[in-house]
Amino acid sequence: MTEAGLTMLNRTADNVARATPEPLAKRIRGISDKGLAWLFISPTILLLLAINIFPLFWAIYLSFTNYRANRPNEAVKNLGLANYRRILGDQDIWIAMQTTAHFVFWTILLQTVIGFTLAWLIDRKFRGHAFWTTIILVPMMLSPAVVGNFWRFLYEPQIGLFAYAVSFLTGIPPTNVQMLSNVELAPWAIIIVDTWMWTPYVMLICLAGLRSIPEYIYEAAEVDRASNWRQFWSITLPMALPFIMLAVLFRGIENFKMFDMVNLLTGGGPGSTTEVASITLKRQAFESWRTGYSSAFAIILFVAVFGLANIYVKALNKVKQR
Amino acid sequence: MKSTWKLALGLTSAALASTAVSNAAHAEDLTLCWAAWDPANALVELSKDFTKETGIGMKFEFVPWTNYADRFLNELNSHGKLCDLIIGDSQWIGGAAENGHYVKLNDFFDKEKISMDDFVPATVVGYSEWPKNTPNYWALPAMGDVVGWTYRKDWFSRPELQKEFKEKYGWDLAPPTTFDQLKQIAEFFQKRQIDGKTVYGASIYTERGSEGITMGAMDVLYSYGFQYENPKKPYEMDGFVNSEKSVKGLEFYKALYDCCTPPGSSNAYMGEGVDAFKSGQVAMHMNFAFTWPGLQKDENVGGDKIGYFVNPKGPDGDQFAQLGGQGISVVSYSDKQESALKYIKWFANKDVQAKWWSLGGYSCLNSVVKDPKFPSSQPYAQAFLDSMAVVKDFWAEPSYAPLLQASQKRFHDYVVAGQGSAKDALDGLVKDWTQVFQDDGKM
Repeated sequence: MTEAGLTMLNRTADNVARATPEPLAKRIRGISDKGLAWLFISPTILLLLAINIFPLFWAIYLSFTNYRANRPNEAVKNLGLANYRRILGDQDIWIAMQTTAHFVFWTILLQTVIGFTLAWLIDRKFRGHAFWTTIILVPMMLSPAVVGNFWRFLYEPQIGLFAYAVSFLTGIPPTNVQMLSNVELAPWAIIIVDTWMWTPYVMLICLAGLRSIPEYIYEAAEVDRASNWRQFWSITLPMALPFIMLAVLFRGIENFKMFDMVNLLTGGGPGSTTEVASITLKRQAFESWRTGYSSAFAIILFVAVFGLANIYVKALNKVKQR
Repeated sequence: MKSTWKLALGLTSAALASTAVSNAAHAEDLTLCWAAWDPANALVELSKDFTKETGIGMKFEFVPWTNYADRFLNELNSHGKLCDLIIGDSQWIGGAAENGHYVKLNDFFDKEKISMDDFVPATVVGYSEWPKNTPNYWALPAMGDVVGWTYRKDWFSRPELQKEFKEKYGWDLAPPTTFDQLKQIAEFFQKRQIDGKTVYGASIYTERGSEGITMGAMDVLYSYGFQYENPKKPYEMDGFVNSEKSVKGLEFYKALYDCCTPPGSSNAYMGEGVDAFKSGQVAMHMNFAFTWPGLQKDENVGGDKIGYFVNPKGPDGDQFAQLGGQGISVVSYSDKQESALKYIKWFANKDVQAKWWSLGGYSCLNSVVKDPKFPSSQPYAQAFLDSMAVVKDFWAEPSYAPLLQASQKRFHDYVVAGQGSAKDALDGLVKDWTQVFQDDGKM
């Protein structure tokens, strides 16, 4: 800094000191850096406590009771672990968990394979690749409510374009293509929509991974006369793997909680075929009003997601360190 | 300058005074909460007379059916003051009474000489009483409703169809009086070409999320012999809910769904039913009677083209129909209970009830529905009267919500998803309902 600059800075500091009322200046001077830091972050901490931590502990407390939100006047009884025992012994809950696992598995598999392939293709930087990237990203930018309603109409067997497209390709009458009413097809109807909507997200993360691979590694491989396949298998895939795993983590957590899409498309039906854990939780909490019971279920889901995500993150870190 | 100040001061005072007056007037406004549907619009029209007579303004909070229960039960559970008056669903009455959400109206009825004997008995039991069949009143019957059927009179009257039908089934094509007849008609129309368009047999309730499939299946089950509990021993359900007759009834509902509904109708309730009928897709349509005035006025399917019939009889001649409708209650958390009670008193008036019916609401007052002119007052009036004579209602227990969710799941799993048998579904239902009553300490 120049001398003139220093003089100006000193002058400004003097001005600020003069302008600050004496008692306040003294008080501020008396606070340590740590104290000042606490002062600044305490509103955020208080908000976090009020919005995240308190409800979590409150839910844990409720999970041991028979509390029902629609019976505020009823005495709350402590049930110990009864809610947890009942959930773990409830066949319907296990079916919902299986349904959730089915969705998570297939959506992640399809989104990862298609997303990575698209990213790999876009990374070729062909003519118009920026345009196509934008087009591919559009579904991800839409609201799930819009996507759900939009696909519900597409799947409509009497007027929906999807049924007509399938009919055109297979010769099956469109009215027989009942994606949302058929027990076999309904889960796939949701998997298709979720894949359509969220593959671009996986593609974007994979694209970032592919673009982070230094060009000189490929140049060295070229010098070593490595084939394209060898380059892909030994350079592209291993170096992009942490990014792919990150995308899988994000989508896995999101799809474990999947609610809006299922609710809009099938509402859990036909029957309970597409009733994922979040739909069961909503029914128990806000339709049957079993608040204590549903709190216990929410805690079980939270522990499951948290535990699995932690194991996965450890694996991800190992891959990154390689 | 002085005069300018005076003028400004005068105008400000006048403005403040008028605001105060208008605030005072608004302070007396009552808010009535209900579902957003055609009868609610009729009530807005009707309530203008109340404002004229009493000077009490009326505000309305109408919520679509899909959110109606969530919205208002949350409001009541949180002791909210939004609603001074509420037209709550019939099955809420137990919970609302036991949790103190509604004002008990017995003393008020006695004071104002409002007698429950003046109302259709089924609506008093269904909309007002808790515990059922005891003289404890929490609501005034407000909107009578019941599940019935509409049919395409114009299709039924086509000579070529009548001839073909008679040859096939041996009886005249006419509104069915039994469920077997209803299924034959539905089969006859299923995937038939009429005026160059493929049509289907019947639209029935299959909705999973709220109460749809239960309201539909119960219509058949009641008439087949289903009973909620042992008439001699409360909450004893085994052998009643899952009786052989109930099993047959549920099997019939599934058969009707499989054979004769339009493609993709696996989640249909009131709105979807109206759409199917209005768009000329179906020959018959199951729905609550509140939809009838709107359908009657419809240019494409209303007028001479539409007919109405009561829910048909079961194999043993039993005939019941699912009760809908609601009573009007004063919310106990309201600060304007006195004005709200004035509204109830006004609404119970004979002339007001007559006007209510003429505007499209369904009055529950005997003097209206037993008027000799009533059956001919509307093309659907007789079907409504006959239907109201055979109503049954779902559990109105404080725990109606988990009871309803259980039946929704069991019925949908079997009827729509085809999982297990009717016996499995009803045995499962007994198990679920038993659990609910055990949780409540009633078993």
